[in-house]
Amino acid sequence: MPSDARTATLRDAVGLGVAVGLYGIAFGAAAAGAGLDTWQALAMSALMFTGASQFAMIGVLGAGGGAFSAVGSALLLGTRNTVYGVRLAPMLAPRGWLRRAGAAHWVIDETTAMAVAAPDRELGRLAFWVTGATIYLGWNVTTLIGSLGAAALGETAQAALDAVVPAAFLALLWPRLQRSAREPAVQRRVALGGAVVALVLTPFVPAGVQVVLAVVAVALAGRPRTTAAA
Amino acid sequence: MSTGTLWAVVLVGSLGCYLLKLAGLSVPAAWVERPWVTRVVEFVPAALLAALVAVQAASSGPDLVVDGRLAGLAVAALALALRAPFIVVLVLAGAAGALVHVLTG
Repeated sequence: MPSDARTATLRDAVGLGVAVGLYGIAFGAAAAGAGLDTWQALAMSALMFTGASQFAMIGVLGAGGGAFSAVGSALLLGTRNTVYGVRLAPMLAPRGWLRRAGAAHWVIDETTAMAVAAPDRELGRLAFWVTGATIYLGWNVTTLIGSLGAAALGETAQAALDAVVPAAFLALLWPRLQRSAREPAVQRRVALGGAVVALVLTPFVPAGVQVVLAVVAVALAGRPRTTAAA
Repeated sequence: MSTGTLWAVVLVGSLGCYLLKLAGLSVPAAWVERPWVTRVVEFVPAALLAALVAVQAASSGPDLVVDGRLAGLAVAALALALRAPFIVVLVLAGAAGALVHVLTG
């Protein structure tokens, strides 16, 4: 059983890396479209390494936004990685500043989702490091491909990539809504609330901000009731 | 925006995002273990992922948009309900999105 679980963790991590790699092509292409040269697109994937923040930043730059709003939108979306880090710290327990500094760079949506979904702490750590390494490699390689190949990417391929992105987030969300999850009914209400708040705010706030506001709104709405229940 | 300014935006944004990640791992355990914190953190990913699904599937900048991405999302949901593997879900969603694009021109 333990080796089965290990194999499943490795397979899922590599599968996720490949899938996210597709997304990296889209980022590279979009970065080129927003006026970033290949080195700047690569620097973002290597140094920022948090997809939603990267997309938010080039979205603002591509729309003609200023330096302040470009950085601000990336940071706003980056705040959720702080929450993820809080969640992961007890599992990873990175000893010493060097390990912590290294682990921190790979705290993103996908590594957190994979680590948290793992059946125990040991597999959670394995899932974090393997997923992080796979995605880091894939994300940087495909950013390069996307940036160089932006002009060659046809409209139909772009439409396919656009459809893959929300499907990937849905696939990550799915297990949280199933009966086997902790408090699935609350998870479903929270998910529905997050989606509705984000869509309602979309026309009124800068791109990317509605996602952060949706999470904050849902977290605040859930807090008093949950404290009373606890 | 000049190349130099663009580089500054990229590097400052990257440093800021990294420090936000590092801050999360550096919070003392006692703070993390408060019941309401663990409770809120337990539900943040569901809110976040659902918000990302909604925004990525149905918006373009400030506009709400209906296009092939919603068809892809519906196909993905069906595939997930049938317990299809992650990669299969993504391939089917991509194919649906491309098909809608081809059909609607």
